[in-house]
Amino acid sequence: MALFSIFPRRKTFDHGIYPVEHKELTADKPIRRLPFAPELVIPLEQHKGKPAIPTVRVGQEVVRGEPIAEADGHVSVPMHAPATGVISDIALAPTAAGPKALAIYLKVYQAASQRVLFGLERDLATLSREALVAAVQQAGLVGLGGAAFPSHVKLMPPAGRTIETVLVNGCECEPYLTCDHRIMLEQTESLVRGIELVLRATGAERAIIGVEDNKLDAVEHLRRQLPAHLPITAEAVRTKYPQGAERMLITSLTGREVPIGGLPADVGVAVYNVGTLAQMGELLPKGQGLIERVVTVSGPGVERPGNFMVPVGTPVRFLLEQVGLKDSYGEVILGGPMMGMAVASLDVAVTKAVSGVVVLEREDLDLAERKVYPCIKCGACVEACPISLNPSVLGELAQVREYAAMAEHYHLDQCFECGCCAYVCPSNIPLTQYFRIAKAINREDK
Amino acid sequence: MHIAPPASAGPFVHGGASIARDMRLVMLALLPATLFGLWQFGWPALLLFAITLATVVVTEALCLWLAGRPLRPFLGDGSALLTGWLLALSLPPWAPWWIGVIGGVIAILIAKQVFGGIGQNPFNPAMVARVALLIAFPVEMTSFVAPVPLGSDAAPGLGEALAIVQGGAPLDAYSGATTLGVVRTALDQGETLSGILGTSFAPFSAALGLHGGSLGETSALLLLLGGLGLIFTRVIGWQIPAAMLGTLALLATVMHIHDPTHYPDATYHLLGGATMLGAFFIATDPTTSPVTARGRLIFGAGCGLLIYVIRTWAGYPEGVAFAVLLMNACTPVIDHYVRPRIHGRDRRGRALVGAEHPETRR
Repeated sequence: MALFSIFPRRKTFDHGIYPVEHKELTADKPIRRLPFAPELVIPLEQHKGKPAIPTVRVGQEVVRGEPIAEADGHVSVPMHAPATGVISDIALAPTAAGPKALAIYLKVYQAASQRVLFGLERDLATLSREALVAAVQQAGLVGLGGAAFPSHVKLMPPAGRTIETVLVNGCECEPYLTCDHRIMLEQTESLVRGIELVLRATGAERAIIGVEDNKLDAVEHLRRQLPAHLPITAEAVRTKYPQGAERMLITSLTGREVPIGGLPADVGVAVYNVGTLAQMGELLPKGQGLIERVVTVSGPGVERPGNFMVPVGTPVRFLLEQVGLKDSYGEVILGGPMMGMAVASLDVAVTKAVSGVVVLEREDLDLAERKVYPCIKCGACVEACPISLNPSVLGELAQVREYAAMAEHYHLDQCFECGCCAYVCPSNIPLTQYFRIAKAINREDK
Repeated sequence: MHIAPPASAGPFVHGGASIARDMRLVMLALLPATLFGLWQFGWPALLLFAITLATVVVTEALCLWLAGRPLRPFLGDGSALLTGWLLALSLPPWAPWWIGVIGGVIAILIAKQVFGGIGQNPFNPAMVARVALLIAFPVEMTSFVAPVPLGSDAAPGLGEALAIVQGGAPLDAYSGATTLGVVRTALDQGETLSGILGTSFAPFSAALGLHGGSLGETSALLLLLGGLGLIFTRVIGWQIPAAMLGTLALLATVMHIHDPTHYPDATYHLLGGATMLGAFFIATDPTTSPVTARGRLIFGAGCGLLIYVIRTWAGYPEGVAFAVLLMNACTPVIDHYVRPRIHGRDRRGRALVGAEHPETRR
């Protein structure tokens, strides 16, 4: 037994990879505020579901925190003004995904206050479950881990399903990112309040905060801070990518697998990111909306990496000017280097889904951009795929454009593009890109 | 600030694995056994080794040139060199030069490039060449010498070695067959095992490799060491060697208990012939073995079974090459039927119902 305690076997899932973490660049950097950018660009579609509908006119003055767009139906959320200023335009703006999309341009008044001027304090204890769910939607809350799925939708499981366990995702398995780590250390009170609200809204029996064991300080801190009267525990899970993927974390912590085509609710679970719940705990009592988020700005291409509270709509260019962009930079990535997207233009704005801005230098990209060799069927990708697909065969099929067969016989639709296969491939085949293209073509053919 | 980075999506980082790196590590792992073999069999072995390697590199270059593919990246990946290296290790150490040349050409041209080059060959190129040579030139491929280490009195000098490699070795130099060959012949002549093995098999010296045999197959210990190194560095999985050696040992033990006078025990099979080289370096070739862990267990077990069957009941004293090639042929079938259970599905590919983890690991 003594031997086992020296090498603790943490809970985890099968397969996966161990990329270099690079978290030391920002792990001990407290969350800081930055000045407002002169102009914010707030896309109306920052979340999964329908885009928000603007409720402001061009030329209208808004104060920080005021609603500027309303939700379009159930699977949608409103937007709030991240700063005091005047609406200068409602027009197309570049997005990280590529195509331009409608956005609200907000000219920020000089010397505008960081104080939130719009909100309606309320007593949450008296709210019914339905009112709580509505309040979450009004706050414009979405999954801040990167998925940006409207948070209130997950509070209402489909008929016949109940949520027994709320899993709080503090894994942060992407290299470089440390915003969730800092949130767990610095916004513990809000986080606990957020978990409490979700427990009430879902009627769940317990909540488990899952944290990768490269952040044991956060686990210990949470354990000290968690109130004894709440059924909330903090648990360390193995540091392995993609531990923070919803389906992987569910398996690690509960031993259950979400059935194909099913929802986490099918196994009695709802998963929330720590950042989402910290914001929920912060915003709901004040009756405010989500107007800023914690973003890790890091990577070798950044001079002063750190964790920053960034107003939604801040252009990436402005953010990078604040931290210093080295001339030798190669790619600017929104999110982490495994699943993130390189921006085509620095005019892209930070949205609710952006957990990190990682700047890699040219030489960092060389390894991933070496010559591509033919597949040697070594099976490294098969050993890496967290959902046990066969990327080797899928890749061969993609090369001969058998996209339909990939979906029909090899479960392409289950791939969530975590990038493990491409990361381990000795032939350097861009498998994840292949699968992304194949899925897009299959969607079009339908 | 000039800004126009191209749009793309992750992963932007890579683990650093490459074909060239894996090939280099395999060659590094082969180095101890190779140096031992070269020392043991002297100049003729060294010349044969060099000729074989030169042949595969030249053949690979010619094929790439004919196919219009870039030379540098494909020669640089080291795969052809490794094929030649493995082939050379499996040849009789004093075989004439043209054995190395013909073997090298068969391995690269017929067994690899004809199928489309690296990653496309269904059969292990080195073993295709070995088997082709064995069938075409049975005398040259079964003429083994007793070890005459470099520096010893009996060791041929460079001039003598040149004559040997040109095919002019005195016949009496070939002291006969390998342990496997001796035993097989004697058993066929009705002798009992204890009588034969008492004179020609000592497990300890067999493990060290102090006996006649193919150029690089004699030292089971050094091959095992290199193989374990490859498993440790994760260049190869443990499944194929474990299943192959385990199956072979199990069969040998069972048969030995059943009839000790005719069936040698497990040490004889594990330490003799190409068993170690095959288990760690030949059967583990990624291209020609299954991609899943379970598939590899089946593949390895199949190799072990076939080796035993061929050595014991078929026409050849040694069966590693045949066994591996036969299992190579089964690889596509294994990969078709043995697939990993997909997350959220049962083994038959249906969505999980009840959602409890079907394999209770924890």
